[in-house]
Amino acid sequence: MALTEENPGYKWVGTRPIRPDGLDKVTGKAQFGADLTLPGMLFGKVVRSPHAHARILSIDTSAAESMLGVKAVITGSDFPDLAANGAHASDIDVANNAIARDKVLYEGHVVAAVAATTRELAEAAAKAVEVSYEILPHVLTVDEAMADNAPLLHENMITKGVDPAPDQPSNVASRIVHERGDLEQGFGEADVVIEREFTTKPVHQGYIEPHAAVADANNDGRANIWCSSQGHFAMRAYTATVLGVSQGTLKVTAAEIGGGFGGKTVIYLEPLAVRLSQRSGRPVKLVMDRDEVFRATGPTSGTRIKVKMGISNGGELTAAEVWMAFEAGAYAGSPVGAAGMTVIAAYDIPHFLVEGYDVVCNKPRVAAYRAPGAPMAAFAVESVLDELARSIDMDPIEVRLANAAVEGTQASYGPKFPRIGFVETLEAIKEHPNYTAELGPNQGRGVAAGFWFNAGMNSSATVHVNENGTATVVTGSPDIGGSRQSMALMAAEELGIPYESIKPVVADTETVGFNDVTGGSRVTLATGAAVVDACRLVIEDLRARAAKTWDVEIDQVEWVDGQAQHVDGSQPPLSLNALAAKSGRTGGPISANASLNARGVGAGFSTQLCDVEVDPETGVTRVVRYLTAQDAGRAISPDYVEGQMQGGVVQGIGWGLNEEYIHDENGAMENPSFLDYRMPVASDLPMIECSIVEVPNPAHPYGVRGVGEVGIVPPMAALANAIKDATGVRLTDLPMTPIKVLEALNEQSD
Amino acid sequence: MAQVYFSAGLRDLTGGVAQVDVQASNVRRLIAALDEMFPGIGERLSEASSVAIDGEILTDAEYESVPDQAEVHFLDILQGG
Repeated sequence: MALTEENPGYKWVGTRPIRPDGLDKVTGKAQFGADLTLPGMLFGKVVRSPHAHARILSIDTSAAESMLGVKAVITGSDFPDLAANGAHASDIDVANNAIARDKVLYEGHVVAAVAATTRELAEAAAKAVEVSYEILPHVLTVDEAMADNAPLLHENMITKGVDPAPDQPSNVASRIVHERGDLEQGFGEADVVIEREFTTKPVHQGYIEPHAAVADANNDGRANIWCSSQGHFAMRAYTATVLGVSQGTLKVTAAEIGGGFGGKTVIYLEPLAVRLSQRSGRPVKLVMDRDEVFRATGPTSGTRIKVKMGISNGGELTAAEVWMAFEAGAYAGSPVGAAGMTVIAAYDIPHFLVEGYDVVCNKPRVAAYRAPGAPMAAFAVESVLDELARSIDMDPIEVRLANAAVEGTQASYGPKFPRIGFVETLEAIKEHPNYTAELGPNQGRGVAAGFWFNAGMNSSATVHVNENGTATVVTGSPDIGGSRQSMALMAAEELGIPYESIKPVVADTETVGFNDVTGGSRVTLATGAAVVDACRLVIEDLRARAAKTWDVEIDQVEWVDGQAQHVDGSQPPLSLNALAAKSGRTGGPISANASLNARGVGAGFSTQLCDVEVDPETGVTRVVRYLTAQDAGRAISPDYVEGQMQGGVVQGIGWGLNEEYIHDENGAMENPSFLDYRMPVASDLPMIECSIVEVPNPAHPYGVRGVGEVGIVPPMAALANAIKDATGVRLTDLPMTPIKVLEALNEQSD
Repeated sequence: MAQVYFSAGLRDLTGGVAQVDVQASNVRRLIAALDEMFPGIGERLSEASSVAIDGEILTDAEYESVPDQAEVHFLDILQGG
């Protein structure tokens, strides 16, 4: 680790103990979404559109309903028409994405669902549902969707953010813009101006566990849901909206989650399972197969991005102009807004114009994916920055250091940065031996950097002290990246008891206070702050109980190393065990709750160094060395911080070299399996070396910033810059497959 | 007086004005004051914005205090992964 400040003497924070969920997972005892089985449970199957764009003329469910063992069949008409009820547009989109009513907008869009006594019967019944379609012309990319006279997905979509508002609908949902200074002046001050155009494909989060949900509806209108998600409170809210019921009628229990990366912050199966359970009177399980995950759940956007940047011979960036169009999939809501805010945020550029468009097309609705929007934007800008540095013969780290945002820099999206650690990540790379390691034949080296906001939001926690002096820490934040260990480490530090004496638990929506989704790299910061607050309330209570025991005022008692001590040492210390054992005599059980809307979010930066070897005969790019430096603020659990850093890099390498959605001429996905959608595996990669930079966030009790997302921002540009270094060719279209590399090499030799 | 800055995407509602000074004790009152200056901007700011006060980005910030001389920016709602 690259420490910028000394560890202030923590006993547990910053250590690497055994993870609390590890044993259950390696012994197969952990309960994931598909693992639950209830008495009398039925198996559900979803009927999906084979067409990318079509009007639903009729749905005949009679054949399916007549099959022996089929207990329920539902279609869009079994759900409230939110549009007719005047609901908010975003809620209508959520409902229509869960099950289509009039039109299907992508291949895989839900049109019906069945529940039957066996899985095989459910599949047969799904095939027996007859849907009649009027096939409509489709658009799959931003280029097609933004073309004149393009077929419209939504006949009433008027572009927001344009003045004056258009008088005709289009597939462009909104426009965003950020600008400062005078572009003409800025480019006039530049000695070198480089302009490039980039394209990226939709890529999936690739979580190993498919979506799964079990619902059990009661006769009184209540229902229990078990599902793997990044936020069971959010699942409750979305499901209630789609069903048209009060949130209080639904109880959602978080299953263990086998990866999310943003893609499990939205609903797909939950309202269908509840409705099938209500119709059949029995519990219903719905589990997607991998094909469905690819065809029907949100990847992140495909994009087209144009970047023009200017630099002086001294290495000062003078101007930037960025144009971006992001695929939203079937409904508005691509991450182009965040892309526009992050694209040049890492640098202090006096003159800029950033313009972005959110564009619907006939693909699955996009979902969040680690630092949504930032990776594609960084691929473009960090590639151009690499070219600018080469053009003035300046070291790629030095050019970034010369322009890096620091505390007080006015970010391109508006406010001034508080204390941030971008410079420290750049220096960590520069000082690492990898930066000067010798390169072999056909090898090249690339640098790229990235920025992400991180988030705060709402969290709750409860801390119970058990009779034997151990503690249970209860939160409502599903653990997708090690948050249980982080919660336990902070609680151990606060209470002064061993980490092993803390049991961290993720409770259901009726057992703990509200928690926003596990996303935005927010849980260790926000839920962690709630845990710290609850622990401090417990300690206050423990001091009061010790004071009562000693018949002194509470200010005569301090809490040190897990025990109450009299300030003048006149009393023998009272351990947490002793106080817990006699809690009935001093006021009853020891427990405290804390809830908060977290403030003091600390932004995250990552700088990465990539060495590749490019085979000039096959075009295959092999990553031979990879180093990532990231500002964690404070690494509560270094093992998990490194896991997040490595995971982001590996997903970025897949995005950069292999992964893409491939569609046929009818708009059907051709590669919906892990055989044909090639994600990197361990044997493809070298060890991803980590340098944890710690520039503590002054607004958090332990200095946490959040680490889950920014690691995926730099890799694609780092790869492209390394390929350029190795071969001399600049690739601007992701993924950088061997075919594209070979074509570029052939063009170069011509 | 707080210094309120409008992103380029909001300036269609401010007639091109990029910055104004506003006296308000909290974000809710600040938005109300802005809506009086620029009718219609209140709805946009309430529905689709985070707010940054002196560099800190806040969500659900309706009742957040706005210190005198604070620098305030309204931002798009962000989605994390």
